[in-house]
Amino acid sequence: MRTPLFLLIWFVIAAAVFAGAIAFGNDYVFFAGYVVLQYVVLSTAWNILGGYCGYVNFGSAAFFALGAYSTVAIYKFYPLPIPLLLVFGGAVSGLVGLGMGYLTLRLRGAFFAIATLALAVVMETLVVNWDYVGGSRGAYIIRPEEIAPIGNYIRYLFLIMLLLAVAAITTARLIEHSRLGYGFATIRDDELAAEASGVPTLRLKLIATTISGALMGMAGAPFPYYIGYLQPSSTFGLEYAVNSIAMPLIGGTTSWVGPLIGAILLGSLQQIATVTISSAVNLLIVGCLLVGFVIVAPNGIVGLVHKYLQRKPDDFVGRRRVDPDAPEPAP
Amino acid sequence: MIFSFDLLINAVVSGILIGGFYAAVTCGVSISFGILDIVNIAHPAFIILGSYVAYIVNTTFGLDPILTAIIVTPLFYALGAGIYQVYYVSFEKRGQESLRGLAFFFGLLFITEVSLVLYFGVDYRYVDAAYIGPSVHVGGLDMPLRILVPCLVSLLLIAVLQFILKHTFIGRAIMAVAQDHFALRLMAIDPVRIKRIAFGISIATASLAGAFLIIIQPVEPSVGREYIGRIFAICVLGGMGSLPGTVIAAMLLGIVESLTSTFYGPSWAPAVSFGLLLLTLAVRPSGLMGR
Repeated sequence: MRTPLFLLIWFVIAAAVFAGAIAFGNDYVFFAGYVVLQYVVLSTAWNILGGYCGYVNFGSAAFFALGAYSTVAIYKFYPLPIPLLLVFGGAVSGLVGLGMGYLTLRLRGAFFAIATLALAVVMETLVVNWDYVGGSRGAYIIRPEEIAPIGNYIRYLFLIMLLLAVAAITTARLIEHSRLGYGFATIRDDELAAEASGVPTLRLKLIATTISGALMGMAGAPFPYYIGYLQPSSTFGLEYAVNSIAMPLIGGTTSWVGPLIGAILLGSLQQIATVTISSAVNLLIVGCLLVGFVIVAPNGIVGLVHKYLQRKPDDFVGRRRVDPDAPEPAP
Repeated sequence: MIFSFDLLINAVVSGILIGGFYAAVTCGVSISFGILDIVNIAHPAFIILGSYVAYIVNTTFGLDPILTAIIVTPLFYALGAGIYQVYYVSFEKRGQESLRGLAFFFGLLFITEVSLVLYFGVDYRYVDAAYIGPSVHVGGLDMPLRILVPCLVSLLLIAVLQFILKHTFIGRAIMAVAQDHFALRLMAIDPVRIKRIAFGISIATASLAGAFLIIIQPVEPSVGREYIGRIFAICVLGGMGSLPGTVIAAMLLGIVESLTSTFYGPSWAPAVSFGLLLLTLAVRPSGLMGR
């Protein structure tokens, strides 16, 4: 499918979602839907580095919060329109991703993962000590009641996140089918072999980190307007990190479909669980699902569906099915 | 800030003492990450678990936290061995440890923390022991026993671990499995068994580190997160898998952190370890005593 057609289909879907949400008649749908869409963007962004290149980023919360706090920093100076804030938040997070990638990606993959894990703690320390953006007391953002053509402000925020989600998915798909995507795949499968065949691995990894970080920052940029009161410990919360890892891994990491499915399923599940049970329990559910899926279904829901569809008679030897993906037994 | 020599010396000494404790916190990761190449980012969660075990036993039976920790080491060893078995079968055998193995440990970290929050809440918990409270005064130095005791026991722990690694059969097999596990097979040793034992030992140290932690400061479930940066900064700075390097790096970090909080304020201390980690990775990735 060509990209313009793909984009067109998604615009139609997005329009249908927006119209459906309005037809529902209750603004709570927009509040809940915003969070789900935010996770669609975050998990798609995570998957560009994690799923395509095979490098784990535990610092989603840090990149997300960077976007949110750059909005606060600008808001204190002069309240710009949100699309501009999106660009700015994306740029800041992208640059941080690039810098950290440059320092750690030349080494073994584990170091990058560890550095991202510590990044959230350090960024939180910086924000707590930075009085301009509210420090540990937090910062208030006054959300306007209405905005001209759309009406209620939460609908406007929802629409922005919806468009951002479409943009993220399209970017992911574009990467998947380009030279860049094939380069990423070689890194994931065998970095040493890729390097030896002349793939510029460091440059590709840096590109992936920057794009992924920028998208996460963009997801965070409208967040202060959504929440109204931004506080360091909740903005840097572990739930962003764990969700943006769990969603792609549960959905399936090899294509853009996986994070989308994972985010919609898990995101909606959490919205329902937060209302009906408690938010701590729903995080426990996410953690258990993550561990369960990586052990039992390494290729996620997409992998399970794929396997089911691809069952061919010649996969069966005698009465036992032979798994075509199974690795060679260890020597 | 008025600079005073007394303040400086006190900061350095308390940095060395807290560094001894950091060494106990890190030595488990030095074994799992440094020697076995298992990126166990869930280690801080096991340390917090150790703290809570010490807390429960201390408040119900009044038993000394360090003694409790030593008594429950076999339980932690078994837990570690069990986790390694799952990790081996699900990830190492399939060659998926880099992405899914990491996510697995991250999930464990998360599940442990959330379970503790659900059961104990987010209140700070603390223990009682004779050495919590009084201080030793030597000259102008002020050494609180609640940090001095964990530091000394921790150094003892590292000495024992070092002895095991260098002078016993199992320890030498653990060092060998890091280098060449095919050669180990030729010696008729099962590398998976050796790794299981080593990982069990690494988790067993978390029980002691947890007891030290709750002696030094009140503990709540998310405290462990602050230690992730510290642990890996020390582990990398010390040189992967070197226990003497771990002790030196831990004390170095302790001193730098203590100086930072004395002269710039304690709210900056968490950033120190990360800066040190990035600096090490950029300048000397093999660490101080790296192979």
